Amino acid sequence: METKSTLVKASPHIRDNSSTQKTMLDVLIALVPAIIASSIIFGARALLLIGVTAAACVAFEYLYCYLMKKPIPIGDLSAVVTGVLLAFNMPSTMPLWMAIIGAFVSIVIVKQMFGGLGHNFANPAIVGRIVLSLSFGARMTAYAYPKFEGGVDALASATPLVATQHADLPLLQLFLGVHGGVLGETCALALILGGIWLVVRKVISPTIPLTYLATVAVISLLAGQEPLVQLLSGGLMLGAIFMATDYVTSPYTFKGKLVFGLGLGIITCAIRFWATSAEGVSYAILLMNLFVPYINDLTRQKPLGGAKKK
Amino acid sequence: MKNVFKRAAKGAHVPHSKNTQNVATVEMPVPAKILLPMQQHIGAAAVPMVNKGDQVCVGTLIGRAEGYVSANIHSGVSGTVTDVREIQISTGALVKAVEITSDGKQTVDPSIAPPQVTDYESFTTAIRASGLIGLGGAGFPTAVKLTMKDLSAIDTLIVNGAECEPYITADNREFIEAPQEIMSGIAAIRKWLGIKHVIIAIERNKPEAMDVMFGLVKGDDAITVKPLNSIYPQGAEKILIESCTGREVPRGGLPSDVGCIVMNVSSVAFVASYLRTGMPLVSRRLTVDGSAVVKPQNVRVIVGTSIAEVLDFCGGTKGDIGEIITGGPMMGVSVQDTNFPILKQNNAVLAFDRAEAVQLPVGECIHCGRCIEACPMGLSPVIIAKAYKAGNLAELDKLMVDLCMECGCCSYVCPAKRPVTETMRLAKIMAKKGAKKK
Repeated sequence: METKSTLVKASPHIRDNSSTQKTMLDVLIALVPAIIASSIIFGARALLLIGVTAAACVAFEYLYCYLMKKPIPIGDLSAVVTGVLLAFNMPSTMPLWMAIIGAFVSIVIVKQMFGGLGHNFANPAIVGRIVLSLSFGARMTAYAYPKFEGGVDALASATPLVATQHADLPLLQLFLGVHGGVLGETCALALILGGIWLVVRKVISPTIPLTYLATVAVISLLAGQEPLVQLLSGGLMLGAIFMATDYVTSPYTFKGKLVFGLGLGIITCAIRFWATSAEGVSYAILLMNLFVPYINDLTRQKPLGGAKKK
Repeated sequence: MKNVFKRAAKGAHVPHSKNTQNVATVEMPVPAKILLPMQQHIGAAAVPMVNKGDQVCVGTLIGRAEGYVSANIHSGVSGTVTDVREIQISTGALVKAVEITSDGKQTVDPSIAPPQVTDYESFTTAIRASGLIGLGGAGFPTAVKLTMKDLSAIDTLIVNGAECEPYITADNREFIEAPQEIMSGIAAIRKWLGIKHVIIAIERNKPEAMDVMFGLVKGDDAITVKPLNSIYPQGAEKILIESCTGREVPRGGLPSDVGCIVMNVSSVAFVASYLRTGMPLVSRRLTVDGSAVVKPQNVRVIVGTSIAEVLDFCGGTKGDIGEIITGGPMMGVSVQDTNFPILKQNNAVLAFDRAEAVQLPVGECIHCGRCIEACPMGLSPVIIAKAYKAGNLAELDKLMVDLCMECGCCSYVCPAKRPVTETMRLAKIMAKKGAKKK
């Protein structure tokens, strides 16, 4: 029998069938309902914007790694996920060249310059969104209104979040996302469907989204706001389900995730209720991203038998 | 019990692949030659007691236990010692090995007689003489395990029949084929050690074994059969103790620190057969399976038979063999040379097709935290890897890397296919060396 060519490896000799690429593919699948919803609500321009941003992210990642003579990692699909999420944070009227700048910031500055996948300190899409809204504030809030309510309206207007204090949107309309806003954040139904997919596929644990949403609901109640309106408007659902759960920039343990979700909720509400910015969710996620190393240090799990030291 | 705030400790959902679960054990014919390395257990290597040309019988002492933590080694065939040479074992160490050519007669050594056991002392002496080691895979000398300063602190014997590694069904067959032997082994250990409670721990994926044992323990309040979730590594000593009793073995401590003795089920059955016949440990049951094995089955093999002969007995191998392992796929050892013998501690020989054996390309860590969630000991592999990279000894100690039992869960679940377990191993060595320097 042939024995010369058998492999000699260290245990374990078997691995499960998970992979980074499959994980990212699951995230993309989870984003599909929201992509469909955005194209229904905002029209074909939404799809164009998503396509261009995602393509730009992949292209920048390829170019950067090619120029830096690093292995090309675009096969892991993480750049596509970043691209779609970034596009979700723009209104459908966004000029394409601005979207491409956003992709550059996300991929080159936030992700690759810090070492690429697994080494970024903050969620690339969130930083991309923040940079865009600081640079092109007017265009980033030039919310288009749903197509079937009389064509795309490029009027700059208040976000539903601000508007709700005056003109109440029906809850159902908020839930289905048939109102002005950025591409991906309006349709809570599609986002929740995606979130369920991620939890069922065990890509994410529901801890962060649930703690985050629950914290916002409780603080809203205490602050005299309508909790459901707060939960369904702005970027909260998108942020809670897809942005705050990014592996690299969220804590490892259950305890850590609770703290993370709690912090996100508090900061989001503080910005929404008592600050002048409408960027509650993005800043909350960015700030909490920066706290992750400390949260990880303080919420480490306790090894079996580690309690009593001999 | 399980507290999610303390640790996730989810383990790994490995495939069970218990293909040989319902296949009766087949006795392998006596091999023409056996090779007995003097290191088949944890501890010091045994010392060869025979020289080239000596005549030996079945049960003759070949290697004498050297020091406290060690075990005797006996011949499983009768015949002539044809060589005493140094060979390299899987750890890389060179150890003496005795080659015996069988005369085919299987003459039993005249000195073999049931041991005289009258009390705890004589019981452990008998076990020491039998050469018994943990048959579940780790190979810790049983006599050492049973010898303790304060016997009164022990209240529970856990009979480990979890058998959580994929493919292996040797212990499962023990339950089905020799349940009376297990019961009389339990009775002997209870009697001589004065243990109050016995827990027979079996994973739920062995319903037949559970049925047999449930039937046998009926009416005996002191013995319980404990069905366990089939999640790897349920059969690991410390995990098993927590699952069965809720007790946590302290860091650096032993099961006896929490009043427990854990013994593999086949070891328990061997105790009974040794007390009855006096025949030392010279053969064992092992599972032969894997995608490259023609006829997967359980076989009873004389210790020292070559791996190649065992595979040939099971119909040989098929296809392009990528890897041969002794033990399970999670913690077993790659075989370099199939002329290497079966050791006392081997509970399986697995042969895999090349497609299954190839190593996947390693990606960047995406900090998904799955290794942390999977670690049954509640360690934080990804953080330990960072401390190891930085050479931070104080941090490694704080992270309790010494608790790692190298079960392989962290590597198994890693989506980036990183060698997490290997890094843990290196980190353990670094921490150990660092502690010695201090």
